[in-house]
Amino acid sequence: MAGHATTHVDSGSLWGGKVSPFSVSYGKLMMWFFLVSDALTFGGLLTAYGYTRHTTQSAWPIGEETFDSLPFLGHGFPLAYVALMTFILIVSSVTMVLAVEAGHRMDRRGVFKWMIATIIGGFFFLGSQAWEWSHFIHGTHFGSVELNDGSKAIVKGHFGEFQSFTVVEAGKHHKKGDVIKETPDELFHHFRTAVMHGQVKDNKITLHDGSVATWKREADHDMKLIVKTDGNDVALKTVKVIKGSEAEKLYWEALNTGDKSRITYGADLKSNEYGPVQYGQFFFFITGFHGFHVFSGVIINILIFMGVARGLYHKRGHYEMVEKTGLYWHFVDLVWVFVFTFFYLV
Amino acid sequence: MERDDIIEYSLHNHHSEEAGKKIRRKIWVVTAILTVVTGIEVAIGSIIHQDNPIWWVVKLLFIGLTLLKAGYIVLTFMHLGDERKVLKYFILIPYALFIIYLIFIALTEAMAVNHAWETYGG
Repeated sequence: MAGHATTHVDSGSLWGGKVSPFSVSYGKLMMWFFLVSDALTFGGLLTAYGYTRHTTQSAWPIGEETFDSLPFLGHGFPLAYVALMTFILIVSSVTMVLAVEAGHRMDRRGVFKWMIATIIGGFFFLGSQAWEWSHFIHGTHFGSVELNDGSKAIVKGHFGEFQSFTVVEAGKHHKKGDVIKETPDELFHHFRTAVMHGQVKDNKITLHDGSVATWKREADHDMKLIVKTDGNDVALKTVKVIKGSEAEKLYWEALNTGDKSRITYGADLKSNEYGPVQYGQFFFFITGFHGFHVFSGVIINILIFMGVARGLYHKRGHYEMVEKTGLYWHFVDLVWVFVFTFFYLV
Repeated sequence: MERDDIIEYSLHNHHSEEAGKKIRRKIWVVTAILTVVTGIEVAIGSIIHQDNPIWWVVKLLFIGLTLLKAGYIVLTFMHLGDERKVLKYFILIPYALFIIYLIFIALTEAMAVNHAWETYGG
């Protein structure tokens, strides 16, 4: 059994100081010490997140509203993607512990096989995180909106796709009467850029070349404006939901003012569609720091895997290097369990 | 390379084929527990929202389930439960003490700051 280290050491060597007080090797003990210090770092970061959340006056974003998209399938799947990421990381933690177990039986093929699986799992997680970051940064088609009464609403629903722009005022490239037909995504991209520069006003968009156009697009569906008021002790006090045509009226009214500060798309370090700007900053820092740990974990796993493939540890007579990198890899999973709870669930 | 002046602790972890079978069984059971718990968390999270009056119960439940998952990872996957007790507590107790203190002090301070903003404006 792992670690059931009751060895019969003669008192001579015990008293000679040759025995470790914890019956573990130097390397493993130091890995544990490192992990404790790293856990303190993450503990500090998450506590700082809690501190900021409690001091912030405006309502904090809710995980299942902010993260409700899946690749290729669009929105409407609260937390499904994060749950998938969590599952990927748990599975790769399992393959790692199986590699360690195989190492304890000196089963070289087993270690080889499970280490490959672990590395693949790590890459899958990193890819998922890249997608999630990209989605978080770009935001939704609606963005969030500041209504006429000054309250800020996040917007849910299905954005009606653009069909074409019709030029009503000539610019450098387009003549009056030109109909610009591109894919809905490309047209939306022009639209978003124009909104961000305050160039959408009164149902008219000023394009990049200076021409002014009107747009034709499908109707929005199931639009919801969610206005939240912060409750004193963390939870939300009130949540007001405006639906349907009233929501559409208010949204497009705000958008058509031509005031670029009224609409926020996605998140960066200075603005945030989902809630207070600090939320985005902590999101980038903590998930980024964790992602960096996953990345270095994958690199370390690859290095150890090469040692396994070369038969280095087999010759040595034990696979403790696999066990040590395993400790680090499990730690990364452990941190994710807490990040998952405090960023996405509560 | 054989050295007789150090005790090779790394070798003590070796186990037989039968012992391996038992350990693997345990690993799969823990996997199932972790997966199910995550599933439950996501399900509850998508049903009960933060404006619900029983949200505080859900929040405590989430934190409890998280600590449960963390316990399984640390004690089974990281084998800390199989190490000597002195090592286990040497790692867990100082960490727990410090982090509980940190959470207490940071959240108390945060509440005070929040109330100050509310009272005196910002």
